[in-house]
Amino acid sequence: MTVSSDIPEAESWFHRNQQRIAPWLFLAPGILFFAVYVIAPVFQSFNLSLYEWDGLGEKTYVGMRNYEDLYWEYVDRDAFFTSLKNNVMWLFLYLLAIPAGLFIALFLNQTVRGIRLYKSLFFFPFVISQVVVGLVFTWFYDPSFGLLNTMLGWVGMGPINVLGNEHLVTYGIVAAGLWPQTAYCMILYLTGLNAVDPEQIEAGRLDGAKGWSMLWNIILPQLRPATFIAFVVTIIGALRSFDLISIMTQGGPFGSSRVLAYYMFEVALSEYGFRMGYGAAIAVVLFLIMLCFIAYFLWSMYREEKGH
Amino acid sequence: MLSKMKTTAAAVAVTSAFAVPASAELTGDLTIFLDTSNPAPRATMEAMIARFGEKHPDLAIETTVIDREAYKTQIRNFLTANAPDVATWYAANRMRPYVEAGLFEDVSDLYAEPEIAEALGSTKGALTIDDKQWGVAYTYYQWGVYYRKDIFAELGLSEPTTWEEEKANCTKIVASGRACYTIGTKYLWTAGGWFDYMNMRTNGFDFHMDLAAGNVSWEDDRVKQTFMNWKELIDMGGFIADHQTYSWQEALPFMVKGEAAAYLMGNFAVAPLREAGLTDDQLDFYQFPTINPDVALSEDAPTDTFHIPANAKNKEAAREFLRFATSAEEQTIINNGKNLGQLPVNAASSVDDDKFLQQGFKMLSTNSTGGVAQFWDRDAPAEMAKVSMEGFQEFMVKPGELDKILAKLERARGRIYK
Repeated sequence: MTVSSDIPEAESWFHRNQQRIAPWLFLAPGILFFAVYVIAPVFQSFNLSLYEWDGLGEKTYVGMRNYEDLYWEYVDRDAFFTSLKNNVMWLFLYLLAIPAGLFIALFLNQTVRGIRLYKSLFFFPFVISQVVVGLVFTWFYDPSFGLLNTMLGWVGMGPINVLGNEHLVTYGIVAAGLWPQTAYCMILYLTGLNAVDPEQIEAGRLDGAKGWSMLWNIILPQLRPATFIAFVVTIIGALRSFDLISIMTQGGPFGSSRVLAYYMFEVALSEYGFRMGYGAAIAVVLFLIMLCFIAYFLWSMYREEKGH
Repeated sequence: MLSKMKTTAAAVAVTSAFAVPASAELTGDLTIFLDTSNPAPRATMEAMIARFGEKHPDLAIETTVIDREAYKTQIRNFLTANAPDVATWYAANRMRPYVEAGLFEDVSDLYAEPEIAEALGSTKGALTIDDKQWGVAYTYYQWGVYYRKDIFAELGLSEPTTWEEEKANCTKIVASGRACYTIGTKYLWTAGGWFDYMNMRTNGFDFHMDLAAGNVSWEDDRVKQTFMNWKELIDMGGFIADHQTYSWQEALPFMVKGEAAAYLMGNFAVAPLREAGLTDDQLDFYQFPTINPDVALSEDAPTDTFHIPANAKNKEAAREFLRFATSAEEQTIINNGKNLGQLPVNAASSVDDDKFLQQGFKMLSTNSTGGVAQFWDRDAPAEMAKVSMEGFQEFMVKPGELDKILAKLERARGRIYK
């Protein structure tokens, strides 16, 4: 250090550009890993989706054949159609976690004795593994000894086999998924509520706002950042739903609870799956769907940044 | 290469005269990957490998036991990247992808050795692809109907041998408030077993294999006849309700509690049924009844196998291990009631005196003249097996949708077999 300040002309290129280089140096590990493990596989998958490959032998180039097959599966209302339809159902129903999480957060946002304990209890489902959630709900729905049918029996309603009925199964699994997801949204809102400005509430109260109008006009606008994050994690969570389906139904009965992520696993990697190219094509479709949301999120974040 | 083969054959011929293993001084490492992860089979295999190790003290044997389900997906990776010298797998079409990718060693030379040729003749066909053999069997087991003898006695029923008797029995069982059969189709393959039997009994073994090979249309009238026969049982309430939500294990309690009278299953169902408290006085076995008297009876008898990966390093020791594992003595030990409790593949070994193994062995050796099938998901290509078993499950829940299901399977056939 002392040397460079004594002889300024000997200052190295690094020292002269330190200000500009430093951020890149800090970013370098992240960029490197992001490029190798996220960006590169995206292109690899797309490349693989143009081939027919059993994962063992030679690859054969088939052009857009895999996508054509997907199209026909869609037209025939076959597995791909079912997966896509279920993905859309997941997307919409999963969003219920946001209002549910908000209301639990509002309910828990008070100072009574032992509130921390209640908060942790509500947060509990998010901490336990999805596998456990899946198992618990499988037993809950079980047609012979499940709690659901026992409870339905009390009010005189006939037994229903939620996971064995092709019309109900996706609702059943989404309900299981909502349990931990609601807890997640609740935590996001609880932290958000801490940041709500009490003066604004005071001001609102003076202006006669209470109940719904207080929530809608004063509280919610201040919770915007929390809502945004809750929206992002819920959408992403809905699109990558896999564990619960794998645990609860394995895509059944007769394939009616598959989603794209599970279908991809089934055709390419499962016990009977040997179609790597086809799996990659499904992955590309799923990626394109996600890309719409990701682009929207990035765009709105960019707009936010610019506004400041 | 050819001359080397000849000399090995000659050496084998010479040594076999003295009944001494050809390579008593095996050295180096021998890596064995097993999928026998359940406690009992695991202990059996480890004991057998220990006995092999005693015979070859200079051989460093390393055994890796992988969870049975995980093994099914891991095998693709380890065969290419990190091949062991011996690996377990399944016979027939289940080994085809690996054979075609050149990942399994051709072991036809073993079957050329006189003692193996005679002893392993019964399973040779299941291990043959393109006129070459790609591994050896080490155990197999029968499928059939396991039933509650006490319930049959209570209702005055006897073991059915024809479809008419079967339906008459089932009518009485249903009238007594029970289901004729328990089944759990959540993991699909159990429905594949039912299809195997319905189709083999309706159309015969050769037709069944033609269908598995993709040579017959799924919309063929003969296939429809199979499903029509199956539908008779479904329509009379022959199967337990909600079977699409249960695994095969979860379907066992229905039989134990007496809510269902029988179970079409592999012999491995006997152990959990006994553990659940059913005695041999309550539990018995019969061969699936005849449906079409014009076709010879054929059975499902899945075979578990040992293979040498093409990338194995110590193939000489691996071959010796295969010889050892299929020898009459070892076959008798590992398949007895205390170990695997299944059937030995070596013709010279003896079958355990367990009543189910005895009945199964007799059935397979004398009353299965049409042929022996492996199992639907081993005989049909993986993709077709998956799609079709999903169809079978749907059919068992919604038999009215048959035409739609068959049309879907026919479309899949057009895509899968090229």
